[in-house]
Amino acid sequence: MIDRLAAFLAMGGHGGFVWGAYATAAIVLLAILAASLLRVQREERALQRLAEAGGRRGGRARGPAGPAA
Amino acid sequence: MVMHRFANPARFLRFAAVALPWFSAAAVLCMAAGLAFGLFVSPADYQQGETVRIMYVHVPSAWMAMFAYTVVAGGSISALVWKHPLGEIVARAAAPIGTGFTLVCLVTGALWGKPMWGAWWVWDARLTSVLVLFFLYLGYMALLGAFDDPVRGGRAASILAIVGLVNVPIIKWSVDWWNTLHQPASVARMDGPAIHSSMLVPLLLMAAGFACYFAAVLLLRVRAEVAARRIRTLRLAAMEAES
Repeated sequence: MIDRLAAFLAMGGHGGFVWGAYATAAIVLLAILAASLLRVQREERALQRLAEAGGRRGGRARGPAGPAA
Repeated sequence: MVMHRFANPARFLRFAAVALPWFSAAAVLCMAAGLAFGLFVSPADYQQGETVRIMYVHVPSAWMAMFAYTVVAGGSISALVWKHPLGEIVARAAAPIGTGFTLVCLVTGALWGKPMWGAWWVWDARLTSVLVLFFLYLGYMALLGAFDDPVRGGRAASILAIVGLVNVPIIKWSVDWWNTLHQPASVARMDGPAIHSSMLVPLLLMAAGFACYFAAVLLLRVRAEVAARRIRTLRLAAMEAES
């Protein structure tokens, strides 16, 4: 069992290359996903705050009252 | 025209709210299945051994790098020519994702090149044209923020994106036009794929997963971009009301 796992991880002696490639893909894709989620959250919260502040001033500012989605 | 209907940001956001969970779920499912088939079911190559498994992340990221650039250029064309409000928003949103795919393609290519060719990098036409694609993405994003006036920045970046589109067919056919160390196409061939189904299935699953990931993250970034524009409009309106 352990031997089979070790053989799988070794990837015929090229484990560093194969796992390095998968790790690169995972890190880059997850980093972009996380950055995009944070940005949506930040912008939509800021929009909501601004729209609420605009509403208190008597609805002078145009725009929806809630987040865009 | 369908494209025309979605050029309205409000309508696009309603579409995004419905589509986002589906694309996200499809991305996770396809990538999970692709990894399972690619790592456990598909065989090692008779020449390349286990390193052939790098293909399952390298090739889909290369395809998506070119596709995302086409989206950036297409959005830029619709922004410049037809003044679609969504064109530039989509182009801006797609560029960082495309840059990520290009980076993954370059790094995984180097990790595949070292054991198979004996070199991390060679200046052959395929590798060099993909490196140019990477710099086109960086140039596009740098130009977006290079002007005080975001409209001018957007226009300059759009022109670069459109001119750079010529690089996409160069990447695709570089392996046929020049004598490259990089191998020619195995899947998108006139006479059908020259790759066994045991390797084609995980490759296509990963490609579908990467495409759905691109669509989901693109929708997220478009949402952020639309919100940022509304903030700018509200601030301008508030400033005008005060003055």
